[in-house]
Amino acid sequence: MAQWLIKNGHLIDPANGLDDVLDIRIANGKVAAVGKSLSAEANDEVIDASGLVVSPGFIDIHCHLREPGQEAKEDLLTGTASAAAGGFTTILTMANTRPVIDQAIIVAGMKHKIQTDAVVRVEITGAVTKGLEGKELSEIGDMAQAGARAFSDDGYYVNDGRLMRAALEYASMFNLPVISHSEDCCLVADGVMHEGCVSAKLGLKGRPAEAENIAVSREIMLAEMTGGHVHIAHVSSKGAVDLIREAKAKGIKVTAEVTPHHLCLVDKTIESFDSAFKVNPPLRTNEHIVALIEGLKDGTLDAIATDHAPHAYEEKDCEFNEAPCGFAGFETAFSVLHSCLVQTGQWNLQALIHKMTAGPAAAFDWKDRGHLSVGGLADLVLIDPKKEWVVDPHAMLTRGKSCPFTGMEMVGQVVRTMVDGKWVYQDGKIIRN
Amino acid sequence: MRGQHILGLEHMSVADIERVLNTADEMKKVTKQDIKKLSTLRGKAIVNVFFENSTRTRSSFELAGKYLGADVINIAASTSSVAKGESLRDTLLTVQAMGVDAIVMRHSAEGAAQYATRYVKAVVINAGDGAHEHPTQGLLDLLTIRQHHGSIAGKKVAIVGDILHSRVARSNIWGLLKMGAEVHLGGPKTLIPKEMLDMGVTIHHRVEDAIADADVVNVLRIQLERQKKGLFPTPREYARIFGINDERLKLAKENVLVMHPGPMNRGLEISPDVAYGRFSAIEEQVNNGVAVRMAVLSLTLADGVQA
Ligand SMILES: [Zn+2]
Repeated sequence: MAQWLIKNGHLIDPANGLDDVLDIRIANGKVAAVGKSLSAEANDEVIDASGLVVSPGFIDIHCHLREPGQEAKEDLLTGTASAAAGGFTTILTMANTRPVIDQAIIVAGMKHKIQTDAVVRVEITGAVTKGLEGKELSEIGDMAQAGARAFSDDGYYVNDGRLMRAALEYASMFNLPVISHSEDCCLVADGVMHEGCVSAKLGLKGRPAEAENIAVSREIMLAEMTGGHVHIAHVSSKGAVDLIREAKAKGIKVTAEVTPHHLCLVDKTIESFDSAFKVNPPLRTNEHIVALIEGLKDGTLDAIATDHAPHAYEEKDCEFNEAPCGFAGFETAFSVLHSCLVQTGQWNLQALIHKMTAGPAAAFDWKDRGHLSVGGLADLVLIDPKKEWVVDPHAMLTRGKSCPFTGMEMVGQVVRTMVDGKWVYQDGKIIRN
Repeated sequence: MRGQHILGLEHMSVADIERVLNTADEMKKVTKQDIKKLSTLRGKAIVNVFFENSTRTRSSFELAGKYLGADVINIAASTSSVAKGESLRDTLLTVQAMGVDAIVMRHSAEGAAQYATRYVKAVVINAGDGAHEHPTQGLLDLLTIRQHHGSIAGKKVAIVGDILHSRVARSNIWGLLKMGAEVHLGGPKTLIPKEMLDMGVTIHHRVEDAIADADVVNVLRIQLERQKKGLFPTPREYARIFGINDERLKLAKENVLVMHPGPMNRGLEISPDVAYGRFSAIEEQVNNGVAVRMAVLSLTLADGVQA
């Protein structure tokens, strides 16, 4: 097995409090040493990382790989290639596949396929309810024992409070979180964008921020009642940030994530009726963005997650009302946040890396991920923080060619990704072993 | 304006609006002539693609095109063709392949006309896209007000009814504000988004306040399905509290102009005495509709009028 000595990189490892020019040696799939001016051993291949940032591999706790069932949109091969290109070494895939991942046998089948097809670590979310129908609990315990790492009906809010209570109670016996797509279905009705000045003007039906606030509020109360761990997916509203902050202060077991698009895009983009901007929850306004950034800074929001939701370009190419929600997110996540928040001085690189590594790992208690501790997994990325590039979906490795950042100029990009001590991505190409 | 798409009044300049209204005044004379046929658009082909039924708007465009000497065809595309796997894009590409000069399009989806501009080289004229805009209706309403009151600037215009779902309301708001009118919206809270304040209007939930001293009262159609969705309790209550009747109309200015884009629910949003009363411009609106559409077609397809 190859050994690597990565020299002179700017190593940022928030979990270990490291932020310095340091060398790192990788041997046997593990981090063998981290330190100043390490000297090469006999079998080391030396990589000069001068000018580059070395970070633990990113962890995405919310993505959609579309396999099984909708491989035309994405599959494990293209999905994990895209993840690797974005610097993600662990991703958590959602259960809304066809069939839905709602039984242990499907979890087992996925795990098998992951072994052969995936280039990054893929963890599996099981459905909370059978078929995501919101009627009966799926076999949460059985799936937990088959290796599912979380439960979610993502895409749908579990409307029945009694069922959600049971899910939290049940999942807590296996120490696993229930991830909630929090939007009150009745208030959302057939809304397609954020309800506000822009929707009023365009005549498009709105999804009010209050729909999210009300739903989050129920989840927090149920988490307190059951002692279960609820994780709020893709927080997009100021009200939700406030509720989660209060709940955390009370010691309630709630964690939360925010996506790059909710941090960097507003509803005004929809004035062009471009369905590339259609997503759930919807893009909101600057007032909400300010609250989300505040929530990241004070720890209310634990992690950045992409909600990578690839759709074929064709499918999004229709009337705004008819278009499916979501878009590809792996390959733009880091660069978008680096360009929009770090380059503009609103945030710092260390904190961004923290929310993409140690933050998500801690939220789900994945102790072996999100750090570069000696003896730990060698999952890491090299980032060129100065690299300038323009987002072109056709150059992306995902099959989902619809992207709201198309044409945007970026500063900073992941240039190499290592999983388990092996390079899996380098300079635009996947390396399959 | 040659080659320009007409998607909405939000982005139309004051100068262009004035050009349309001035041209429409000329066109209106033509519609009163014995022989109405001009040769302005001879050799041009216009297709009306209506994904939603609207006899009124479709025939108005059809007549306008024919009076100008163009060849006009109608395609009644049902939105349900989407369910059959035929997308809006497929329909547009088919129309595009016919090599027409203009597409007049009505669709239930907001932004559909703008979407069409991605696929067709022809001039696209929005004949109503969902709850977004209906620019020729907005223009014909402006023309009707200008003809009656002599000018639009400084007039108080009340738009009452279901603003939330109305493309007519949005086109009217943009057009009226651009031309210097004061716009007051009236109706139940559930049918007027409060964020419309941002557009520069005043909102009233007592319809009396909206129409007090108004120079124009534009009454919008109430769709009865809104009641089933819980946006107001009963048609009876709506008529009693928000309907425009003779009694309420006395609050407006003496020479008030009453408009309605049709079709009307008489006895609901408007009482028959008002609809057919001496202040009503409803028939005039229909007549102006043809003139405005002639103006829009001749300006975008032929740079004006050559009679
Ligand atoms: Zn979701």
